[in-house]
Amino acid sequence: MNDAITGAWTWLTTSAHWQGEKGVLHRLAEHLYFTGVCLAVACVVALPIALLLGHLGRGGALAINISNVGRAVPTLAVLVLLTITPLGEYGDLPTLIALVLFAIPPLLTNAYIGMREVDTSVVEAARGMGMSGKQVFSRVELPLAYPLIMTGIRTSAVQVVATATLAAMAGEGGLGRIITAGFNLQNTPQVVAGAVIVAVLALLIEVVLVVAGKVFDPMRRRASRTAHADSAPTDGPDEGAGTPTGAADVVTAGGRGSAALGS
Amino acid sequence: MSGQSCLETNAWICGEYFRTRSQELTDATVQHVLITVVSVAIGLAIALPLALLARRRKAFAGPILGVTTVLYTLPSLAMFSLLLPVFGLSAALVVTGLVLYSLTILVRNILAGLEAVPEEAREAARGMGYGPWRLLLEVELPLALPALLAGVRIATVSTVALTTVGAIVDYGGLGSLILDGLDTTFKAQVLAASVLCVVLAVAADLLLLLLQRLLTPWTRAHRVRTPRAPAGPAQAKAAEPA
Repeated sequence: MNDAITGAWTWLTTSAHWQGEKGVLHRLAEHLYFTGVCLAVACVVALPIALLLGHLGRGGALAINISNVGRAVPTLAVLVLLTITPLGEYGDLPTLIALVLFAIPPLLTNAYIGMREVDTSVVEAARGMGMSGKQVFSRVELPLAYPLIMTGIRTSAVQVVATATLAAMAGEGGLGRIITAGFNLQNTPQVVAGAVIVAVLALLIEVVLVVAGKVFDPMRRRASRTAHADSAPTDGPDEGAGTPTGAADVVTAGGRGSAALGS
Repeated sequence: MSGQSCLETNAWICGEYFRTRSQELTDATVQHVLITVVSVAIGLAIALPLALLARRRKAFAGPILGVTTVLYTLPSLAMFSLLLPVFGLSAALVVTGLVLYSLTILVRNILAGLEAVPEEAREAARGMGYGPWRLLLEVELPLALPALLAGVRIATVSTVALTTVGAIVDYGGLGSLILDGLDTTFKAQVLAASVLCVVLAVAADLLLLLLQRLLTPWTRAHRVRTPRAPAGPAQAKAAEPA
């Protein structure tokens, strides 16, 4: 076991492994390209639909069912199936399609539920103040749904990074190729080194998105502004937004389970 | 149609394939089911004490939830590869990886279930002279059962899907057939194995749903009275290591 760790370290610190067509840097670029493009496409496709449905209060069963189906479908199977269809002749296309498909469920479900979770009395108050549907949407519902929308984007991003790794098993590029190549060469240090790189990238992306989510939270800014005015503690609205991986997620899985049960 | 068999034309759906390779398909399915069942069972056996520990001692709660969450973030291919030096190319490697993934879902659900037990129920049991163990076994765990089983369902469904990645070390059940089918562009095999995977996941989910209904008859009565339980923010995260 220690051999593998020291071997992996040696592999990682050998500069030759970082360069060239099969090097870490090229694979990393491929990986980030897949992730970025697919996440952007998935957001453009899923978020407007989810936000609109959430605003109108329709299609909840659809949102939840899609994400449940997404959980049951093996990523590897979809990748391989797409690869051996005629689509497989178009280079990266099977990977890109599979990644978009897997990025959509968390985006859809989180954004939809985020919109539905907005307190109805707040929405009614806004309407009572004479806000139009559009204004309620952009000034009330969207900021309040923001934390969950961001959770969706984060979940989706992590999932795409993970799925892009599996693309290597279907013969496509990305960081997973370092691992699969290691397996083919029976080179355990390379397998472990590749796994470390992938793991670090996944965790890094998670952390970056958590931080970005907090920095850009519209409610946080609003809260601190009012806090300055009233010199009141700000922990109120921040709490909901600030615990993305903590207690807020706890029931997650359970809730989703019972949602499946109801549908 | 000429007299060519569908194996020669490499059709997507091929009865001939099922006839000639049924043994291979059955073996892979059995392996898939075994790996899933063992993983979820071990996951549950580890998650329960972890959840109890996290609840009893708040100092442990943060680290336990944190570590399991971080594990959940790791891509499956990386997870299996990182375990390679420890277990070598074995089924134990796949099972360990899957157990680590299931922990996140299971620990959180058990914890949520236990925390949702009404304080009145605890008080009443204590008043009746229940000790901590009896309280746990006869009051708290049964009341936490719906959340626990919901967690088991999610963990099982995602484990069925994730098992396929074990194909990288040849212990992926149906995943191994899928990966072999890729090398040989054997369409019937890839499609059959993929569809079987989804069927397995759905069947497992329905089976556990049935178990849940049988074990927790009181939740149904409750549901009739309050048909629309509020959907928590909780419902939202649909993470799934791929």
